[in-house]
Amino acid sequence: MRRVVHLRDAVCVLGRFPALAGATLDVDAGEIVLLQGPNGAGKSTLLRLCAGLLPLQSGEAEVLGRDLAGDARSVRRRVALLGHGVGLYEELTVADNVAFWAAAAKAGTGEIDAAMTRVGLAGRLADVEVARLSAGQRRRAALAVLLTRHAELWLLDEPHAGLDAQGRDLVDHLVATAAEAGVTVVIASHDLDRATALADRVATIDGGVVAQLSDGGRARRDEAELTSAG
Amino acid sequence: MLADAWVIAAKDLRIEWRSRVAFNQLAPFALVVLVLFAFALDSQQTVLAEATPGLLWITILLALVLCVQRTFVTEGAPGLADQLRLSGLDPAGIFLGKALGVFVQLVALEILTVAGAAILYSTHFGSIGLLVCAALVASVGLAAAGTLYGALLLGVRGRETLLPLLLLPVVAPVLIGATSAFQAALGTGDVTFDQAWRWVGLLAAFAVAYLLAGIFAFGPLLEDT
Amino acid sequence: MTSIDTGLGHPRTDVEPTRVAPVGTSSTATRILGVVTLALTVVGLAYSLIISPPDANQSNAARLLYIHVPSAIVAYVAFGVTALASIMVLWRKTEVWDLIAGASAEIGIIFTSLCLATGMLWGRPIWGVYWTWDARLTTTALLLVLFVGYVALRRALAGTANRAKWCAIAGIIAAIDVPIVHQSTNWWVTLHQGQTVRLLGESEIGGTMLFSLLLMMVAGMCGYVWLLIVRFRVGYLAERVDESAFDEAIAQRRAEAAEQKQASTQRPATAPEVVTTSASTEVD
Repeated sequence: MRRVVHLRDAVCVLGRFPALAGATLDVDAGEIVLLQGPNGAGKSTLLRLCAGLLPLQSGEAEVLGRDLAGDARSVRRRVALLGHGVGLYEELTVADNVAFWAAAAKAGTGEIDAAMTRVGLAGRLADVEVARLSAGQRRRAALAVLLTRHAELWLLDEPHAGLDAQGRDLVDHLVATAAEAGVTVVIASHDLDRATALADRVATIDGGVVAQLSDGGRARRDEAELTSAG
Repeated sequence: MLADAWVIAAKDLRIEWRSRVAFNQLAPFALVVLVLFAFALDSQQTVLAEATPGLLWITILLALVLCVQRTFVTEGAPGLADQLRLSGLDPAGIFLGKALGVFVQLVALEILTVAGAAILYSTHFGSIGLLVCAALVASVGLAAAGTLYGALLLGVRGRETLLPLLLLPVVAPVLIGATSAFQAALGTGDVTFDQAWRWVGLLAAFAVAYLLAGIFAFGPLLEDT
Repeated sequence: MTSIDTGLGHPRTDVEPTRVAPVGTSSTATRILGVVTLALTVVGLAYSLIISPPDANQSNAARLLYIHVPSAIVAYVAFGVTALASIMVLWRKTEVWDLIAGASAEIGIIFTSLCLATGMLWGRPIWGVYWTWDARLTTTALLLVLFVGYVALRRALAGTANRAKWCAIAGIIAAIDVPIVHQSTNWWVTLHQGQTVRLLGESEIGGTMLFSLLLMMVAGMCGYVWLLIVRFRVGYLAERVDESAFDEAIAQRRAEAAEQKQASTQRPATAPEVVTTSASTEVD
């Protein structure tokens, strides 16, 4: 299996604070990995490091075959990050935003309608300014932008936060579909029941390091399927 | 690079179109400043008419500071900086795009301000060609320098007060050059047309210098934690 | 950006730490230089203020020029050094150049202010006004403002990881401006007022006066170099202090994890479900 993320003793610094103090993690293609841990543990930092947005202070880090120590920028276009901030222009409509980000990423404009339909924002909501949307609707818009990127690695930072049950189901559905298609997904979430059931593996982050690794619901389901089929 | 610039400029202008900040706030601001100058300088037409070039350009410079702040405030929404870096847009293209957006708004403001001055200060227009040329070239330089400093101060504490402090001294040559050119175009002061065109040359040099500086510096500038 | 493994875990990501070794701000070399500077300044002032004859046209007011001209030269040298160091920061990416740029700018402010102040004091008796818009004065005034803006930026960015790079860019863009400012104020002045006033009017400068001037120039340059070295060292030591704090920070961060673990094993009833029900556990 191709290794999509490889971190060994990665140290990442924010200002003068060592947000990641030696994280070690390997993720293979098509896997869904959940990052859980207390606030301030370093989950967001780990995701942003993998996106190529943060410089590596020391240790090894390789994402999608690219060494982050040497050339973090080349990885950026190939990943998709759903961060705490939705990354949308408040003054523009949903449709404007998706169109802009698709043009910026040089993705086809034919994808825009399809993406908005999949997140349930086609129709009336497409022409509403982002500033007037609810938090859940903004998250959906951000997901639409994410879909148009056709990235091989999804990095989702608390995708369930602020969404109602329907919204969370949508996120799970998108993640599961993507993973079936071979996309690798790393999720940081506090919604542990839902996210653990979704994930292949669960990594516990604490104090800037990966403290513990365990299996998630998807891995056990696959195992169960294999044992019952075989 | 140019294609990316176009995407960014279109986005900025669309934001302006929807929010109409320049239209609703900057334009009236420019007119208010013109009126304030009249209060400060004694409304006798002779003084105002002589000083018109200088007053016009000071008004434009103040509007430039606000315009630059505005264009970078829209980039301040949470998560935008990250997404911009992830998008793969060429940083030089982002610079040119934002500078183009500022340029268009600045030119619109200039048209309005000159019209305002024409009415309020009873200006007499000599050479329109020189006027337009000088204004356009000066605006390119102002937009480039403004965008560069606006980006430099992204995320810096106290940037609202730092921007004027850093930007205005740097664009002082544009003030001198544009004012002198306008003096020739409006027939005030004693600048000849030859001299005025030399000033336009200086404005062009400034514009080129800061466009190049922006193209090279924007990449490193976008890379922050 | 290459990852920097200094073994000390340096927190700055935009420049490499320098290997220069001073542990304090003085050393034999700077002590000697300091004494030389002091001596030169005292002798220079003696010559300027007492020994050299009063100018035929400007009498004693001309003595101010012995301070004004050297400080102007030093001010522009300081600016040049800041600009050059800024380019080097972006090219070589070492900490030395960043510290030099900052130190030179601060010293530049001192000398530019001195230059403008003595210029104004001189202008009052000679021209009748404290200020006049000639090309040199205007450019120097603008230079002061550019310096102040640069230092303000450094202060605002203090403690952030990319300060060196951003300040270097700011320094270079300000530097691009200076020749443009100079040329434009030159044209502007000749347009409106005629040529820049020659400082000494009709007099020729020679003999003792020339010697005093040269002496003060050398004293000024020595003073600049001495201040630069001392300020550089202060900056260097400040960086080292920050660096050692970084190792503590890493240790503390890891201790957090240990504490959390302790705390959670001591709370059996309220422990999160995942910890007690995971199927297999591998400690990494």
